[in-house]
Amino acid sequence: MCLGIPGQIVAVADADAMLCTVDVSGVRRAVDVVCVAEPGRPLAELIGAWVLVHVGFAMSRIDEEEAAATLKVLTEIGEAEAEMAALRLGLDHPATP
Amino acid sequence: MRYVDEFRDPALAAALVKEIGAVCGRLERGRDRPLSIMEVCGGHTHAIFRYGLEGLLPDLVEFVHGPGCPVCVLPMGRVDDCVAIAEQPHVIFTTFGDAMRVPGARGSLLQAKAEGADVRMVYSPLDALELARKNPDREVVFFGLGFETTMPSTALTVLRAARGNVRNFSLFCNHITIIPTLRALLEQPDFGIDGFIGPGHVSMVIGTAPYLFIAEEFKKPLVVAGFEPIDLLQSLLMVLKQMEAGRAQIENQYARVVPDAGNPAALKAVAEVYEPRATFEWRGLGSIAGSGVQLRPAYAAFDAERRFAVPDVKVADPSSCRCGAVLTGSEKPWACPEFGTGCTPETPLGALMVSSEGACAAYYQYGGLRGAAA
Repeated sequence: MCLGIPGQIVAVADADAMLCTVDVSGVRRAVDVVCVAEPGRPLAELIGAWVLVHVGFAMSRIDEEEAAATLKVLTEIGEAEAEMAALRLGLDHPATP
Repeated sequence: MRYVDEFRDPALAAALVKEIGAVCGRLERGRDRPLSIMEVCGGHTHAIFRYGLEGLLPDLVEFVHGPGCPVCVLPMGRVDDCVAIAEQPHVIFTTFGDAMRVPGARGSLLQAKAEGADVRMVYSPLDALELARKNPDREVVFFGLGFETTMPSTALTVLRAARGNVRNFSLFCNHITIIPTLRALLEQPDFGIDGFIGPGHVSMVIGTAPYLFIAEEFKKPLVVAGFEPIDLLQSLLMVLKQMEAGRAQIENQYARVVPDAGNPAALKAVAEVYEPRATFEWRGLGSIAGSGVQLRPAYAAFDAERRFAVPDVKVADPSSCRCGAVLTGSEKPWACPEFGTGCTPETPLGALMVSSEGACAAYYQYGGLRGAAA
């Protein structure tokens, strides 16, 4: 829950609602980007960025190497699997604005 | 050094271990007890065990596993309150999966679900809000728990509910804050911690300034750390070097993720939605002033405590449990008479056995290490 998981922003899902589509190890869902967006800048600028996703919220921008290293630790301590299982729960009723 | 090979940079890891050994050699002179280093965050606890870090370090260094596992410090009575809300007609009770197995006096949420309550695991509070939108004739309650890391997610969800006028959504707020808790620990007269490994993701939200009192008032070093084994070794070395130099400062080893100012957007949402509670009860630690938050009156419409008759159940921990002593570092898990017998990860009695981030669960899963073997 607290550790979150790295993902890459691949699309703007709903700019008015501050939601982007994030790819987390192949699983895609809408994620709130309020905490990583630059005020006044278009959300499209976030596409391609790597972020740390906590319970559906992008909380920090990270670089690709950091994303890979974090994913490795999460996998090794067994948290990645739990986080991915939780992520898939959300897909039955994906977040919308 | 059998574990070092799997680290991101084995040569760096080996060099760090060597340097820690050298600093410890100098610190050891004239000391009659180990250096107690508290890692505050449960994620760090888990990583320390998984990578066998204690086995790489000199005997002088002793990790004490702090209170930073939100599931572990949730009092049994709050779980009973959850079950009481979940059992009310028309309620869909939503929660993170981590909280499903936490035992209350009347059983867990998982048991309540088996007995017919509509309890649903969700990934995100956003999904709970979505359920509320799709089920306008039901009351959807989200069980908000966790430290400052998860607090922005529920605050932003409440703000979304307010903007969208989703009146059948509410939050059962059990968020806790780390700073008053660290202060309460430090103010205990027999608190023997020499330095801290600070939490990474809490700090990503709050920044490093809130820890300053630890250095200034209590003269203890704290280093905010990442989760890789290299991060933890490097942070430990930074703490030890401060001790050697007679310094007590707040340092940030995890600057690649933790800005010193924290996350302004997250802090703004949290300040908008939440205010401190007078006091909040922790499992194993008792009541700590100012350590919890509640919804501000402006968001009362989304406060499950105002919407439902929450019994506010108070349940004492089983008297045989030593959770409090383990949490404060005065006892090791294996000193508890229930450890591994009455209390196991499958059937946890005490808080610290519930989550993989709890100290007792970590000792149970990865073996007792030096002390248990001795």
